[in-house]
Order: sequence, then structure tokens, then C-alpha cells
Amino acid sequence: MANINAALEAERKKICKIAENAGLDFFDTIFELVTYKELNAIAARGGFPTRYPHWKFGMEYEKLSKGYEYGLSKIYELVINTDPCYAYLMEGNEFIDQKLVMAHVYGHCDFFKNNKWFSKTNRKMVDAMANHATRVRRYIDRYGIDVVEDFIDKCLSIENLIDRYAPYTDKPQVIEKANTVNGLNLIQENETKFSVNKEYMESFINPSKAREIKKVENPTFPSRPEKDILLFLIHNAPLESWQQDVLSIIREESYYFVPQGMTKIMNEGWASYWHSKLMTEKIMDDSEVIDFADRHSGTMAMAPDGFNPYKVGIELMRTIEQRWDKGQHGMEWSNCNDLAAKKNWDTKAMKGREKIFQVRRDYNDVTFIDEFLTEEFCVNNKLFVYQFNKKTNKFEINTRDFPAIKKQLLFQLTNFGQPVIKIVDANFENRGELLLAHVFEGVELQPDYMNHTLKNLQQIWKRPVNLATVMDKEGRFFRYDGKEMSSVAFNDLPKETTEAS
Amino acid sequence: MSILKDQKRFHDIIRGRIKENFKKYVTHGEMIGKREKDFVKIPVPSVDIPRFKYGKKEQGGVGQGEGKPGDSAEGEAQPGKGEAGDQPGEHNLEVEVSLDELADILGEALELPRIEPRGSSNMSTEKHRYSGRNFVGPSGLRVFKNSYKEALKRSIATGTYDAENPIIIPIKRDMRFLTQKPVVKPHTKAVVIYMMDVSGSMGDEQKEIVRLESFWINTWLTKNYKGLETRFIIHDAAAREVDEKTFFSTSESGGTLISSAYKYCKKIIEEDYPINEWNIYPFHFSDGDNWSGDDTRLCINLLKDYFLPKVNMFGYGQVESKYGSGQFYKDLEKHLPGDDRITLSRIENKDMIIQSIKEFLGKGK
Repeated sequence: MANINAALEAERKKICKIAENAGLDFFDTIFELVTYKELNAIAARGGFPTRYPHWKFGMEYEKLSKGYEYGLSKIYELVINTDPCYAYLMEGNEFIDQKLVMAHVYGHCDFFKNNKWFSKTNRKMVDAMANHATRVRRYIDRYGIDVVEDFIDKCLSIENLIDRYAPYTDKPQVIEKANTVNGLNLIQENETKFSVNKEYMESFINPSKAREIKKVENPTFPSRPEKDILLFLIHNAPLESWQQDVLSIIREESYYFVPQGMTKIMNEGWASYWHSKLMTEKIMDDSEVIDFADRHSGTMAMAPDGFNPYKVGIELMRTIEQRWDKGQHGMEWSNCNDLAAKKNWDTKAMKGREKIFQVRRDYNDVTFIDEFLTEEFCVNNKLFVYQFNKKTNKFEINTRDFPAIKKQLLFQLTNFGQPVIKIVDANFENRGELLLAHVFEGVELQPDYMNHTLKNLQQIWKRPVNLATVMDKEGRFFRYDGKEMSSVAFNDLPKETTEAS
Repeated sequence: MSILKDQKRFHDIIRGRIKENFKKYVTHGEMIGKREKDFVKIPVPSVDIPRFKYGKKEQGGVGQGEGKPGDSAEGEAQPGKGEAGDQPGEHNLEVEVSLDELADILGEALELPRIEPRGSSNMSTEKHRYSGRNFVGPSGLRVFKNSYKEALKRSIATGTYDAENPIIIPIKRDMRFLTQKPVVKPHTKAVVIYMMDVSGSMGDEQKEIVRLESFWINTWLTKNYKGLETRFIIHDAAAREVDEKTFFSTSESGGTLISSAYKYCKKIIEEDYPINEWNIYPFHFSDGDNWSGDDTRLCINLLKDYFLPKVNMFGYGQVESKYGSGQFYKDLEKHLPGDDRITLSRIENKDMIIQSIKEFLGKGK
């Protein structure tokens, strides 16, 4: 790895100045010139030079390398959210590519620094990741690679079970702790008793009737459903200390990547908006126009079954700028039913630039799409919803209906298109079993993945685990007890059990 | 780079998967069909970390483009940005495994011993490589890098180096030149001669068995001898040499004189493979029906007097067919009892291939 050469450095200074003058505000950005092998290695580790050893990075590396060697895919830019920001340029790319990447990267860096969803992230994550790697390596030295890697596999299997919005609330995250592991014997006898000095007072101070009632009440644990399942397990699963540490590492890294996932469309849209603007207005030579157009259109291409966040992001950003420049917003605009008037609407407000800067500060993908995706936009960009058709065994266009598109997009973005799963009861049936509930939103879980994940979860919790979800249009309990999977429909349950859940 | 370690762990996992299902692969012909020069493609169940997630088919998505409701929305993968690993687990993974690695897996799975080559100690080749460095030599062989380093070292040591004006002037003493270095390598040569009975009683299934078995034998021997040669002989009442493709596709009818093949094999060895230089592995596959007892006797004499003293191992595999099992296996067993230079194996069906490979290669010869 080497810093960039003199020619690139000169260009970098120029672009940096142009970006600053345009109003972008970013951390120091350090560019590194790397070979494609190094770039693939870094990309395989999610942008970080050092991470804990795990085969999944090797798999990712293999995929990226094969893709590059066969000419199928190529990584142009890679930048990580840290202070200072690190960005990588690939050795051997054409000069125009490097310029484009630098302009794009400054857009990202500005976004990282100013978007409020990034405000809670650890900006020294390079160091944190390296420390995590050291810790995991130490465990590997002590317990052996197979044991540790096997446990990491299980942790990764549940790494998406976190409370993604928790970092943005003011309340500190408190986690309930059971008195004993696995939630058994939750209430200790003496807790429900008051101390008695004189023996004959016992029946008055601790009347047996009240105590009995308390015992029967059997408070659920946790007292309210817990979304941060990883945190709950760290505190309550019967883990060894190194396992707790590994799980907490996975959790921390999982939270780190939350804002990236939360703002994918906006972030790419913002960076693309700026690279396109800065390149075409300030940076590019005349001779580079064709190459630029080629690269830019390659990035913006959108296949029928693929959703390209670059494309949707940049188009939405431009639309917003245009609308606020012309004053096409607010009550008057939305109440106007005259299409011709709407088309020629122009108040010459010129608030567009100001507006997109505000958008980049305050919004995430969900609010961004919710507020700015308009019917005009969907029609102009030919968006549609596709569904799988079981008869033809193909994905087919379903509808171009605006509410359907918006609904589908929002569904995909909320909680990152991941199912919301909560711990409802950690002492299910008073047997120390774990009960999870899938908050069903119309789409079922993929069954084979679900089964495997339940197995992994059971091996962490040690006692049987249960999941309540909907499968084949029917509410069902799935249960793995360490030996076999079983499943029962809600309707077939005996009465008492239904009440307990 | 530590990513290579991660990559190796990933490869180990895949290797583990292949080993788990090894039996299936051995009896599966399709893999050999996907054979390239140095590797085969093997379908393995995809490797992924399971999660609670929505099925893609359940979920659908948003796309962009022309078309009306009902039109297909499946296009080509988007070019440009490298976003690999977006939707794993939907397909089977097809991994390329080098033949070398495959041989390792075969060796581990069947616990095959390594082959001790014959005559390797007295055979060696000497090659010259320009890998050494010397103080003198022709200017065409001067190594700039080393010479420069020496000059730099000298100038720093003598204090003439100026960081502001880093000019290095080499003198004669700094020059380094490439020199030859002899590299001695033990050299082993090996040849496998496959013989197959193609008389009418050998059906397609029997030939498939021979094909699979010879593939695995080749894989293992190639691992042990670089540059393995293979020759193919088919025979009914008369023998002739053919290429690999013909070997596995020919079927003829007529009588069977096994001795014809053995004689031909003898001829090949005498002409091309001096026995003090070559490790020789003749393999003969037949359904065991020979024309006459006289011919069988002739075969046994050839084996006793010519083949067995000269070859590393003689393999005879009797492929059972629906016409029943032949006599030849029993004859060999009777007349050459306990001779470990010949290996006999009965292959009743595809599932027995593994067993048979083990019998052939398990002796480490």
C-alpha cells in the first residue's frame, strides 16, 4: 500500500478545493493507491484493512477476485466512515477514473460527516476493528481456530438481530439480567419476604396468601419484548467470558454498519450527484468527456430486476433541487389540480441547493423515499414492482401503480428489508426456553435459513428455542430442542399454552 | 496478506464438503465431463451463513425499465459496480478443484499411502538455472538491482551519499552478475497402460465403471508422478492401441483372447519404456470370460515370467456383467496365490468403485 503519486496528489488538491468551494464539508480524506489484489482484500473485509480472521472474508475475496479476473465486476471506489476518512484508489485505473472516484469520495465523506444518522458511529473504527482482530486472535491461540470460528459462525448467524434505532434514542440501553442463567428460578424465595424480627410476627408481615399470589403471577422475563437480541444473549446466555466478548465484538461491528445500510440510496445519490456536478462543471478536460460519460452511465445502469441505489439516489436528489428551485412544493402546489400550471410552475425561489443540503443532513432512506418519491418520478423513471410468478417460475412485472411501488420500496428499506424479531419470553413455559416472535408484515421467512438459524441460536442459548411466525399463511411455532426441529400451528395448540404465549 | 489465510479457511470448508460427499462424486460421471486441463468443476452445496431473512421469491422488489405487467423482469446482472455477494445461497456453488487437490482429497478419503517410486534414487536430471550472483561475468548478465544496492551500501558506508542529491556511481567492485547454478532433481517417469476387453459382453455400464475407475487411478498416479503417460489398448480376439476417446467408446463383438492384449502391452513396454527408467502400471479390465484354458495359461505365464518382475504393479479388475462373472479372476487367484505384485479386484457395480480403487492403490506401490 502506498500513498498516491505526485500527479494524483496534485489532482487531489485541486478536487478537494473545488469540493470545498461547492460547499461540501468533510473530514480529512486520505487516499491510498492499492493494487487490485489489495483492493479486493480490503473490500472483502468491508473496507477495513484488519479484521478478525474468518472464512467469510476469504469467500468474499474469492468472489471479488474471480469477478475481477474474469472481467465481470470491478470496484471503482471504496471509502470508509472514519475520521480521517480513508479512501482507496486502484492502481492501473485510468486517470479519468481516479478523478471521478476522488470527486465521488468527497461526496461520501461530506455525507459521513454531516448526516445525522452517522453522528453516533465510532469514527476510530479502523483501530476498533484492529483491536477486535487482536482479541479474536488471542482466543484462537488459546482455544483453537475451529472452536472460535465455529462460535463466530453462530454469532454471525444472528448478527442482524439488533435494535437498529436504539443508538438514536436518548435513553441509555439497559438490559435486564436474570438472577440465574437461562432464566430459571427467576424469583428467589427471600425476595418476596420481608425480614422479621420476632418469629410470631411472621404470618402477619409475610402473609402466605400474598406470597402465593406473587408466586403465581410469574412475571415474564424480559418484562417487555427485547429487540436487541445480541445484547440480551451477552448478558443472559450461559456463555464463557471469551464467548461473551466475541459476541459483543460482532454486535459492535454490526451496529457500526447500520447507518451505511440506512442511507444507501441517499449516500450514493449524494456522492453521484456531486461527482457528476463537479466533474462536468469544474474538473474534467474536454478530451475526457466521452470516457466520463461511459463510466457514469455504467454506474447508473439499472437492470430490470435490480434496484440501483446510485440511479434512484441521484435522480431523486436532482428532482428535489429542481422542485425547490421552482418552488414546486408546499400546500399550494399539492392542491393544484391544473396539470398545465403544474408543469410550468416556477416561482424562481432558487432554494434547491439549500434544500438538498438540508436533506443530506436530516434524512435517511426511509424518510427520503417516503417524502420525496412522487408519482411523477416513478413515471419518468419507469419504475415497477416485480413479483415471483410460481406458474412461470420467473420474476415478472406486477404493477406500475405508484402506491404499490412506494410501499414495496419502504418495506424493503425499513429495518433494511430484514424481518423484525424480538425476544418475548426467556423463561417460556417456565422451562428456561427462549421464545422469539417474528413481527409479521406480510412476507414469510425463508424456511431453510430459518431452521439453521434456530439451530445456531439454540447452541448459544443451550436450552430449546421457539419462534412464532407465519409459514404457508398459517401462524406456527417452530421449536428446536437441540436434537430435532418441530413445528405446530397456533390453532392446534392446547388452550393453556396459547395463553402463556 | 492475511486475507489469504481466510481464503484458505474457506477452501478448507469447501474441501470438507467435497470429502463429506466424496462417495457421490466418485460414482458420478458428470464431474469428469466437466474436466478441464488441470481442474474439474464440482458442484457443492452453497456455503453461506444462515440468517432470519425473507425469501427473495416471497418478497419481490422494485425494478426499472420498459414492459407491461406480466412481462419478465429478469435481466442480466448489472455491470459496473462490484457488489458481489448480494444474494447468495440461491444457487449451488460450482467450485473448481485442481486435479492435484482432488488427488489429495482422494488420498485422504481412502487413506491411500504415498507411492514409493521405484528407481528414483539412481535417476536424476541436472539442470542449470541462472539464479546465483557472482562478482565477475559478461556485462549482458549484470544485475542492475544488486549492483545498485551494493553501490548504495558502499556510498552510505563511506559517507559520500547525499540525500539531497542522491547520485550513486557504481564502481567495478559493486557489480554483480548472474551465474549458473546446477539444480539436481530426482526424476521419476511413469506410464499407465490400460487394457480393456471390448468383446460383446462388456456393456455401456461396464465401460462407465472402467472409465470412472481409470479417471481416479490417473488422478492419483499423476499426483505421485509428474508427467504421467497413459496408453490405451483394447482387445477382443486381437489387440490394438487406441486413443483415450476410442478406448471408452468402442464396442466390438467376437471372441476374447486376453493374451493378445498382454502381448501387445509387452511390445509397448519393450519398445518405449526401458524398465530401469520407468515405473510401469498395467491395468487390465475385463469381464473375465477368456476364450480357452490354453490362452489363460499363456496369460499366466506372461504375467509370471515377464510382467510381474518388471512392473510396479499389475492390476486386474473384473467388471461383473449381467452375463455373470467370468473365470479369469479365479484362475489368476489360483495360479498366482499371494503374489503382491498383482492386484485383483472385483467390481460388481458402481458403488464398488471406491472399494476397488482402494484395493488397487492401497498398497502404496
